[in-house]
Amino acid sequence: MAGSIPASRTGREAADALAGAPVFAWRPSSSLRAEAWRRFRRHRLALFGGAVLMVMVIAVLAGPFVYRVPIDEIDFKAKLKGPSWAHPLGTDDLGQDLLARMLYGGRISLAVGLSAMLIAVLAGTAVGAIAGFTGGYVDHALMRITDLFLSLPGLPLLLLIVYLFRDALKKHLGPEVGVFVMIVAVIGGLRWMPVARLVRAQFLSLREKEFVEAARGLGAAPIRQVLRHILPNSVGPVIVAGTIDVAAAIIAESSLSFLGLGFPPDIPTWGRILYDAKDNLDFAPHWALFPGTAIFLTVLSINYIGDGLRDALDPRKVL
Amino acid sequence: MSKYLLRRLLIIIPVLAGISLVLFTILAMAPGDPFEELATNPNVPPEVRMNLRAQFGLDDPIAIRYVRWFTSMMKGDWGFSFVSRVNVDRLILQRLPTTILVIGSAQILGLLIAIPIGVISATRPYSLFDQIATTGAFLGFSLPTFFTGLLFILFFSIYLDWLPFIYRADISASGWRWWWEHIRQAIMPVAVLALFQAASMTRFMRSAVLDVIQLDYVRTARAKGLTERVTIVRHVVRNALIPVVTLVALQVPTIFAGALITEQIFRVPGIGSLLISSILANDTPVIMAITFVFSALVVFFNLIADILYGWLDPRISYR
Repeated sequence: MAGSIPASRTGREAADALAGAPVFAWRPSSSLRAEAWRRFRRHRLALFGGAVLMVMVIAVLAGPFVYRVPIDEIDFKAKLKGPSWAHPLGTDDLGQDLLARMLYGGRISLAVGLSAMLIAVLAGTAVGAIAGFTGGYVDHALMRITDLFLSLPGLPLLLLIVYLFRDALKKHLGPEVGVFVMIVAVIGGLRWMPVARLVRAQFLSLREKEFVEAARGLGAAPIRQVLRHILPNSVGPVIVAGTIDVAAAIIAESSLSFLGLGFPPDIPTWGRILYDAKDNLDFAPHWALFPGTAIFLTVLSINYIGDGLRDALDPRKVL
Repeated sequence: MSKYLLRRLLIIIPVLAGISLVLFTILAMAPGDPFEELATNPNVPPEVRMNLRAQFGLDDPIAIRYVRWFTSMMKGDWGFSFVSRVNVDRLILQRLPTTILVIGSAQILGLLIAIPIGVISATRPYSLFDQIATTGAFLGFSLPTFFTGLLFILFFSIYLDWLPFIYRADISASGWRWWWEHIRQAIMPVAVLALFQAASMTRFMRSAVLDVIQLDYVRTARAKGLTERVTIVRHVVRNALIPVVTLVALQVPTIFAGALITEQIFRVPGIGSLLISSILANDTPVIMAITFVFSALVVFFNLIADILYGWLDPRISYR
C-alpha cells in the first residue's frame, strides 16, 4: 500500500510545485482516506453495488416495520399465488407472504455474512500477525496449520459439524440462537486462512521497514509496534478480503439452508426459502426466483464493492 | 522430475494424517454416544453397556482410539453403514465414479471455456469483447450454483422441455440410445458446475496473460518474426498457466462444494447426494468416510496440480 501511493502523489506534488502551490501544505494523514475514496468513486460499478447493498440493508432493517404482514400467517386460499397487490412477491405453498418472509430472512442472511466475516478476519489477522511478527518455528507451524485448513473441503466439513453439534447447541442456546452461533462460527472458522496469509505477507515486509525500525529503536514494545505501526498499514488488503468474505459467507449459509441443513423452516433465510421452493418450480417459479435473485444481487454488489475497494486500497492487485 | 514427484507424494502422508486428525477431533468432541439407545432401554443392564463400550474400545485413551481409527481407515476398513447395512467402502465405491465423472468433465469444460476467453480478453484489453467477457465472468462467479441450477431447470426443462432434470442411473436403453440419454441428463449438472468454474478461471487467466504479455521475452519472440498466434500459444499461454494452476488448485474445495449442491439439485447419484441422505438418516460411519474421501480428493487434485506445475515450469522440479 505504502509503496504505490507516492507514485501518484509525487506526480501531483510536482505539478503543485510547478503551479507555485506550497509543497508543505500537503497533509498525508487526512488525505490518504480521501485519496482512497477518490479512487473508489471512479469505479462506477462499485458505487452501484454500494447503492444496491444500501437499499437491501435498509429494506431488511426497516422493511418489517413498514410492511407489517406477519411472516407465518397461513392462508390456504391464497397458496402458491404469483405477485399481486395483496402479496407483492406472491405466496408459498402455505399461503404465507413471500415479501414479509424475505425481508425477515434477509436480516439473518446478511447478519450471518457479516458476523462470519468478522470472525474470519479477526482469527485470520491474529494468526497472520503472530506468524509474521514472530517468525521462526511459530511462523512455520502456523503456516502449516493454515495450509492444512486450506486443503479441507469446506462444505462437506461444514455439513459434518452441523450434523454432529446441531442438537447439543439447540439444547443449550435455543433453536434460533444455537443454529446461528454454530453456522457463523463454523463458516468463519473455515474461512480465515486467506486473511492469515495476506496479513502474514504484509507483516513480513512491513516489520523490516524503516518506520518500524525507528519505533523499535525508540523502545516501543512489540505489542505497540504491531498495534500502532504495522497493523494500521496492513489493513487495506484485509478490508478487501473481508468484503469478499461477506459474500462467501452468505453463499455458504444459503448453500447450507438450500440443502435443508441450515436454519429451521420457521427462520426463512433466503437459502431456506429456495429449499422449500425447489420442488414447486414448475407451477410456482416466482417462489424460487425472488430469493435467488436477492442472493445473487447481494453477492454481486458485495463483489463489486470488493473490486472497487481493491482498486482504492490495494493497488498492487493481489489475487 | 521423479525426485520432485517423490517429494510431492511423500508430503501427502502428513497432510492426510493432519486432515484425519482434524476430522477425528471433531468426531471426538461431538456430544452423543453410539450406545445411547441402550442406556435408555430398561431391558439392557448397565453392565452389558459397559462391556460393549470396553469391547469396542470406547473407554480407551483418545490417542489410542485415533491411531486405531486411522490405521483401519488406511486399511480400507471403513465400517458398516447403519442404514443400508453394507460396508461403507462398497457404498462409496458405487457412487464415486459418477461424482468424479461429473467433476472431471465440468473441470475440463470449464478450462476449455476459460482459457480461450481469458487469452482473447487479455490480448485485446478494454475492447468490447473484453468488457463483455469480464462482466460475464463477474456475474458468473457471483451466481451461486444452487440458483444457476434452478434457473437451468426452469429454462431448459420446464420452459423449453429439452432436457430431463432428474438424473437416472437405470436407463432402459442400449447402444447409442443409452449413451445419448446419459449425455443428455449429464448436460445440465456439468454445465452448471463448468460455468461457475469457468467464471473465476477466466479472471485468473486474463490477469495472468496480462502479466506475462508485457515481458521482454514476448517482445523478443515477436521481434524474431514469430506469428502472433505462435507467440501467444507457445510462449505466453504456457507461462501464464503457471499461476493459474496454483489458483485452480486452491479452488478445488469450492468445486466439491459446487458438486455437492448440483448433485442434490439434479439428484445425481454421487457421493455428494449420499452425504446429504446419510446426514438426514444419522448414518455417522458413512458421513465420516465421505468427508474423508472429499478431503482425500482435494489432496489428490492438489497433487495433480503440483505435477502439472512441474511440467509447465521445469525450474520448479529442479529446485
